[in-house]
Amino acid sequence: MAGKYEAGVKEYRQTYWAPDYVPLDSDILACFKIVPQPGVDREEAAAAVAAESSTGTWTTVWTDLLTDLDYYKGRAYRIEDVPGDDAAFYAFIAYPIDLFEEGSVVNVFTSLVGNVFGFKAVRSLRLEDVRFPLHYVMTCNGPPHGIQVERDKMDKYGRPLLGCTIKPKLGLSAKNYGRAVYEALRGGLDFTKDDENVNSQPFMRWRDRFLFVADAIHNAEAQTGERKGHYLNVTAPSPEDMYERAEFAKELRMPIVMHDYLAGGLCANTGLARWCRKNGLLLHVHRAMHAVIDRNPHHGIHFRVLTKMLRLSGGDHLHTGTVVGKLEGDRASTLGWIDLLRESYVPEDRSRGIFFDQDWGSMPGAFAVASGGIHVWHMPSLVTIFGDDSVLQFGGGTLGHPWGNAAGAAANRAAVEACVEARNRGVEVEKEGKTILTNAARHSPELKIAMETWKEIKFEFDTVDKLDVQNR
Amino acid sequence: MADVQDYKQARRYETFSYLPPFSAEQVRAQIQYIIAQGWNPAVEHVEPGRSFTYYWDMWKLPMFGERNADAVLAEVEACHREYPSHSVRLIGYDNYTQSQGLAFVVYRGS
Repeated sequence: MAGKYEAGVKEYRQTYWAPDYVPLDSDILACFKIVPQPGVDREEAAAAVAAESSTGTWTTVWTDLLTDLDYYKGRAYRIEDVPGDDAAFYAFIAYPIDLFEEGSVVNVFTSLVGNVFGFKAVRSLRLEDVRFPLHYVMTCNGPPHGIQVERDKMDKYGRPLLGCTIKPKLGLSAKNYGRAVYEALRGGLDFTKDDENVNSQPFMRWRDRFLFVADAIHNAEAQTGERKGHYLNVTAPSPEDMYERAEFAKELRMPIVMHDYLAGGLCANTGLARWCRKNGLLLHVHRAMHAVIDRNPHHGIHFRVLTKMLRLSGGDHLHTGTVVGKLEGDRASTLGWIDLLRESYVPEDRSRGIFFDQDWGSMPGAFAVASGGIHVWHMPSLVTIFGDDSVLQFGGGTLGHPWGNAAGAAANRAAVEACVEARNRGVEVEKEGKTILTNAARHSPELKIAMETWKEIKFEFDTVDKLDVQNR
Repeated sequence: MADVQDYKQARRYETFSYLPPFSAEQVRAQIQYIIAQGWNPAVEHVEPGRSFTYYWDMWKLPMFGERNADAVLAEVEACHREYPSHSVRLIGYDNYTQSQGLAFVVYRGS
């Protein structure tokens, strides 16, 4: 039975701070990093975040008494120090599963990262991790095919796959673009990729691109005897346009399409992932806009959460950073989110920034895509960090080869196979990288020239978004 | 342009086909890796013109539980002797992922 109605403003902690609460197996759990405004204590700030991201508002309302708020409310149940950061603290919040529509990561986002992020009582707020209970995971479609089915469809086993983004990323005609695709595929890459900026601009309309790329793929398959694909970007102004493009890719018997899940939106992505499973096309997912959301260590959403969101929404590949290339990415943290993308069960591991055990049940895993400023010299590290279930994408590192795309592709292929062969023999590939590549180059003039071309290029800048550790 | 070399197009056979053909020692090392991973070795073959197809002909049955690399290597050789012009590949079946942990062509065929 509800108590008496008393109008007015109560402290959030009276309702939403519950240190004795034991989370249910079915609760959605979230870890936020909070910097409260001066004068707001930790418990009150944590309770406020729990309230504003679930059932609460700033004042008591009489309609609260028409429902069982104790059943529906989110609860802040734990507070922890952030190592090496006195201004911030971690707040752990439990949400009952009934607060969320089944199979809708869109709905999860509207609560967990909704109005609460603009809330005045907190100075900054970051969603560090979310535990999705298996009960909720099972309501989501997930990757259209997953790693195992993709390997079977593409008939490629025991090594990372190789890709390449076609450059210049804007301005090529459809026919010249198809030429670049053909050259890279016949040289030995498994996939080529539309740049995320390539949609359907005046210089190259999507339909023309799809036709010439299809010709390139079919011919490269005939020439090499291997299966090939190109991520045809179907990211579009509207869902109707997106599906029209995807349907045409299917008509051309293309194995894979591509979508930008943050810029295009999670609603569009989930719909496209369902379409892909229904129609037998693989789905490559790019993450344009992610660094706007995930790079600031004090505000936004950590990429490990965006990774989980994508796995639930659906995609067979997801860009995860390279650690070694031109784009931001801490090694331990990256290892954490590639596990979250690929494994069926990932235990809590603070050394990788993972705050909760995550059980994916039978939901397929997706390939981790490493792309951005990488070349043959990075291959030993990439094979070590990413393992076999990855797509290593060399854009400039293929197309920038002095002898052209086909030679660049062959160089990358020789390098990755040499690393895998050595790894399987028990060699420490990262340590012995130079020897492995030098030996392989004796049988591959393409690799030899690639090694000479990119010998000195490194990207050694300090990472902005680091794991929270004591000594930073 | 004199420094630029023409790329010589050739037919390929997926994993390890951009490296020179393996010696028996190199093949044995890969078999040992398959065994160490707990995978089940298997041998398949096909006439070279049909190598694009998913299903090659099985050589006997997968060698479930075989721990001896030489025994596996002997089956690869036996298959090659029986079908000298065929492509012959070695597979490591991973029954947990329901996939192939490794697959590569040992004899490329002629």
